[in-house]
Amino acid sequence: MKHHLILQVVAKALIPFILLFALYVQFHGDYGPGGGFQAGVIFGAAFILYGIVFGKDVAMKVVPPSLVYTTASLGVLLYTGVGVAGMLLGGEFLNYSVLSKDAVAGQHLGILLIEFGVGITVASVMIALFLSYANYRVTEPGEGE
Amino acid sequence: MIAIEFLVNFTLLGFLLATALVISRTNRLFQSVMLFGIYSLLTAALFVVLDAVDVAFTEAAVGTCISTILMLSALSLTGSRREVAMHRKSPALALGVSIALGAALAVGIMDMPEFADPNAPANLHVAPYYLTESVSEIDIPNVVTSVLASYRGYDTLGEVVVIFTAGIGVIALLAGRTGKRDED
Repeated sequence: MKHHLILQVVAKALIPFILLFALYVQFHGDYGPGGGFQAGVIFGAAFILYGIVFGKDVAMKVVPPSLVYTTASLGVLLYTGVGVAGMLLGGEFLNYSVLSKDAVAGQHLGILLIEFGVGITVASVMIALFLSYANYRVTEPGEGE
Repeated sequence: MIAIEFLVNFTLLGFLLATALVISRTNRLFQSVMLFGIYSLLTAALFVVLDAVDVAFTEAAVGTCISTILMLSALSLTGSRREVAMHRKSPALALGVSIALGAALAVGIMDMPEFADPNAPANLHVAPYYLTESVSEIDIPNVVTSVLASYRGYDTLGEVVVIFTAGIGVIALLAGRTGKRDED
């Protein structure tokens, strides 16, 4: 997309706001609509916009596939880790009330952490899907193997 | 106010129906992908009308943006620019099945409770507990988040693992591989 100057300028102007909105949806999920899943897909969509406008090679310099594979697993690990932490502190699996001395504060902490885990995994998987498709090379019939 | 709401619903549903009809008539894959994107955007607008803003976020981001782009990527990878052959048989059977199914659904809807009826069976099971106890137990203003993240934390964990597993599946199939295009 070397000649799409307008698209590139508009995308460059829009992407920071999309990312900021994703972070808002992520961390404001306790108070307004949204949460980890919504934030993750919006974050992923911003990166995909970057990828289609500037090309996959530039996009992969920003976020290499190995990074998203790691963060996708880290999100699930964080979620289950919070659950196991609740077990170690004497509650049930995913019981956040025991995470802090005050049960309500523990719930707040637990929800913040697991929503963050959801957000990381969802955003990483969306980016990984896009990069997998973008990197898949197809040889034309008759081309040398 | 009711007139405006009616107008918005009528317009959105009208466009939705028109898009669905065009999708069913088109035989070009590129066209169908773009039309599905439009369909999804209209659905997102309908979710906003139904006060389900977080579902609308998801629909707009996943349905309109990400899945459209993945479908377009798949189209460009398979190189499928051909028109899909339409069935030229008589549509009587398919039309009959569709009309019968639609009529059955319409009859079923008559038995359903009113939209947002507080006495609907779905709202009488655990929902009152969540609504009354969420303030003292979890104390965050958005009850949807407290249900999804805390009361139903196990379900949400399952959903995250499903997304993770689906991602692994696609990566295992596509990443770092090359494919060969079939001769047309």
